[in-house]
Amino acid sequence: MAAEPMAARPSDGVSHGRRVITAWLVVSAIATPLVVVLVGPLLPPGNASTQASQQVIDNTVITGIVTPVVCLIFVFFVYALLNFRAPKGGALVDGPPLRNHAGIQIAWMVITSVTVLFLAGFGTYELLQNGAGGGQGPSPVAVPGGKKIAVQVIAQQWEFTYRYPGFGGFESHELVLPEDTYVVLHVTSLDVVHSFWAYELGVKADANPRVDNVAFVRTKAPGMFQVRCAELCGLWHGYMYNNGHVVSADQFHAWVKSQQALYKPIAKYLPGFRREYLPAPVRRGG
Amino acid sequence: MRVGGKLLLVVLAVAAAGVLIGLYAWRLTYLAGSPAYKLPVKTANGHQVVDLKIMTVAAIGPKLSQNPDWVSYLVQTPKGWKRETVWDLPANATINVTIYNFDGQSGLRNPLYGKMVGVTAGASGASNQILLNGKPTTEIDPATASHVFAVPDLGIDVAIRGVDDNAKNQCGFAPCQMQNAHETITFTFHTTTPGHFRWQCFVPCAAGWIDGWGGPMQTIGYMDGFLNVKAA
Repeated sequence: MAAEPMAARPSDGVSHGRRVITAWLVVSAIATPLVVVLVGPLLPPGNASTQASQQVIDNTVITGIVTPVVCLIFVFFVYALLNFRAPKGGALVDGPPLRNHAGIQIAWMVITSVTVLFLAGFGTYELLQNGAGGGQGPSPVAVPGGKKIAVQVIAQQWEFTYRYPGFGGFESHELVLPEDTYVVLHVTSLDVVHSFWAYELGVKADANPRVDNVAFVRTKAPGMFQVRCAELCGLWHGYMYNNGHVVSADQFHAWVKSQQALYKPIAKYLPGFRREYLPAPVRRGG
Repeated sequence: MRVGGKLLLVVLAVAAAGVLIGLYAWRLTYLAGSPAYKLPVKTANGHQVVDLKIMTVAAIGPKLSQNPDWVSYLVQTPKGWKRETVWDLPANATINVTIYNFDGQSGLRNPLYGKMVGVTAGASGASNQILLNGKPTTEIDPATASHVFAVPDLGIDVAIRGVDDNAKNQCGFAPCQMQNAHETITFTFHTTTPGHFRWQCFVPCAAGWIDGWGGPMQTIGYMDGFLNVKAA
């Protein structure tokens, strides 16, 4: 048996749209500055590098733009709960019929298009400044000027090791960087796909076999940062982390000397520095 | 169906989901933490000392595993050599390690792991050294490496030289006998605070797997394990 068509409720003459928009504007005008001022500085990844600080600004801008959108959803949700309920004990009736409104449609398209295009332009501008700490592949587009030290990040199941081509090419299990210095990171892998994520420095770059993925970072003051693998890479992926350190120039040079001395016996066996490695399994694999 | 009946169904479904999640979590914990072999602890001059004797073999054999051709570590227990790679150790103790390697030379992908770090060479106490067949050694030729015993969170990296291809009386599968050709590696390290530290091999030594990284390299109980360092 077919269901009876539900009767439509006549319009109550109230401009719900105006009410919702007014409430949304008021709530957004209060919430957005509060979010930008109070939440913005707490957003990740922190201020350990120029790129990290830049990412905090980017995240603040995005959060500031998202806030009115979130406010609109919540305002409409609350308004609908309060005003569009069926009266207790009354007959269940449909709402007033929808009608086309060209102005609303155009406004919706213009506002959303402008928002998305602004974010695309803003993101592109930020990326082109200095790469924003992301891996740019072997031929980086956003290359910051000035003197830099190079560090090669070599991923292997399940540890990162670090090679310093500007200091005799020694390799170490530790990542130590001098303060207030531009560093160019050459990220590669000896086996599967990993991802080098230096959280507080705001650096994240995939480590792919046979690829030199270049990322730039300018360190700030001395401190510690976490290094994690951000690509599921096998049994010990969850354990593929350690801590890196940003130290003073004097401490950095002392550390370099200590590492050169410690790893001197193995230095003769290291291959010449290359931008990427994919050594063949010597005997077993394949 | 009445509201009470529906509610009961929802509660039962949530409970069943909880049980399934709990079983999954228990399984993960089981894999990560047990079965653990508690190593016997002795006391010398008021200090706790553990003698850890382990063996590396090219093939575990049918007696000790359902994967008889997998490369593996074994640990010596009072009941003989066992394929257990999760070990309980006391905190603030000296761990004297002896590794008997019966496997051949596979080679390191990253030569850095050919350098010994984080350990001392037995009685001499020389740091970042081991004794290889009784001889102090700071590094080995990476091409001759058979395996690595590494505990990255403790800064321990010991490269294990493989048995020469031309050696006579090589061991086929575990448990190997001391008259079989082998290399003996001894070193010492110290535990400090309690913790849960993974150890692993850094030689891609899984024969027959892509680039040598599958099977026993990805399975606890063969070339990977944990050191459960526990307070006394």
